[in-house]
Amino acid sequence: MPAKGDGSVSSQPNQPLWPPLWLLAELTYRCPLHCVYCSNPVDYTAYGEELTTEEWVRVLREGRQLGATQLGFSGGEPLVRDDLEVLVAEARRLGYYSNLITSGVGLNERRIAALKEGGLDHIQVSFQDSTREMNDFLSSTRTFDLKRRIAKLVKQYDYPMVLNVVLHRLNIDHVGQILELAAELEAEYVELANTQYYGWAYLNRDLLLPSREQLERAEEVTNRFRERVGNRMKIYFVVPDYYENRPKACMNGWGSVFLNLTADGLALPCHEARMLPGLDFPSVREHDLRWIWHDSPAFNRYRGDEWMQEPCRSCPEKAKDYGGCRCQAYLLTGDAALADPVCDKSPHHALITLAVERAHQKNISVAAQPVLLYRDDKNSRALSRKTPIA
Amino acid sequence: MNEDSVLELARHYRFQWEQAQQAYVLLYPEGMVKLGTSAGEILKRVDGISPVSAIVADLERAFPGADLRRDVTEFLAHASERGWIRVKPA
Repeated sequence: MPAKGDGSVSSQPNQPLWPPLWLLAELTYRCPLHCVYCSNPVDYTAYGEELTTEEWVRVLREGRQLGATQLGFSGGEPLVRDDLEVLVAEARRLGYYSNLITSGVGLNERRIAALKEGGLDHIQVSFQDSTREMNDFLSSTRTFDLKRRIAKLVKQYDYPMVLNVVLHRLNIDHVGQILELAAELEAEYVELANTQYYGWAYLNRDLLLPSREQLERAEEVTNRFRERVGNRMKIYFVVPDYYENRPKACMNGWGSVFLNLTADGLALPCHEARMLPGLDFPSVREHDLRWIWHDSPAFNRYRGDEWMQEPCRSCPEKAKDYGGCRCQAYLLTGDAALADPVCDKSPHHALITLAVERAHQKNISVAAQPVLLYRDDKNSRALSRKTPIA
Repeated sequence: MNEDSVLELARHYRFQWEQAQQAYVLLYPEGMVKLGTSAGEILKRVDGISPVSAIVADLERAFPGADLRRDVTEFLAHASERGWIRVKPA
């Protein structure tokens, strides 16, 4: 990528830049749940004020002008914002296909009716497990029964429903029951998303990483269930990349189709990039989205392949996986420009295999066993004082 | 599906013109299909009112000189198989 005189870089010649097709609006970091694998930054309590309604409306308009089509309202818990209905209605007017990504907490008949009226297109409800005990333990709340009621409300209002469950060692053996629950609740889509190990999940990795046997069993159960239900339900099974030997094509490439907006107005190429040092991510309070997407140095930093080092640079698969995930490379090796260690061509691949082994050590003494760290304000403040994060 | 079938978009799907991409797209939960020119022209006419024969006739008026029946019915069958459209219940 040729550098311009003003310090910004242009996208690659001969390769027109796509619009950010997917916009994720993390409206708030506030959340009534405390999930041990939350994808919010571990130091979320250290960040500034949330964008106002007017600021969000302006940013949504800019996103639409850029060509964004899918819009997710996420968080934290987006229902914590009492202007959600206003933003949903604005999104519809602008022509977005919008999705509410929620724990269900805060949804009631009055609000769901207003969201329908405003033109919300679909709702993704998260469950932590198929059992009340594990659901409530993992989120450190009593929300299981509430979630079931919310799922019924979603169907009553004729929304297509995505049921999302994050999988890990403590619930992956319940995949069969989770799918039964999804069928009972008439979900059209089920996302069985194995935990990705960033942020809170990275801190809890030794307790969350499933074994290979668990994973294979879960995939088998899922495939049998797929055959049984056919087209009635679409099931996505996201594999945990620690058991792969090639990295995921993270976000379909840096700054390629995905644009994440944080509660306090930072624009990021993924949920996790905020932790990468030295990138100076632009704020929507200071720049318009067009400049951010096309011209900001941060969004151009890992576009194309000029930034790659070996073994990626000469790798025939680099156009397929883009060297994997920059955040995972940084988190595990300290250098975001290295190959994702998931790749077995990476000289750091042993970090992955060691993590898997450590997570499954037998005979570990009780005293040495780590405890799950819940995502809450107290833990976040303690982690904010430590730098670097993770 | 036959000549007299009335088709409509699948539930929860939205069809719209995208200025930035200069293309029609289909939007649905967790996904989007960018349509080619002819696919866009065909789906634009899937309105829950017109039978397949009327869609073909309208396209042949808009693009004179071509026998489009086969291409159109093939595409509609494909779109139905992908779950984008369905035969409207009588």
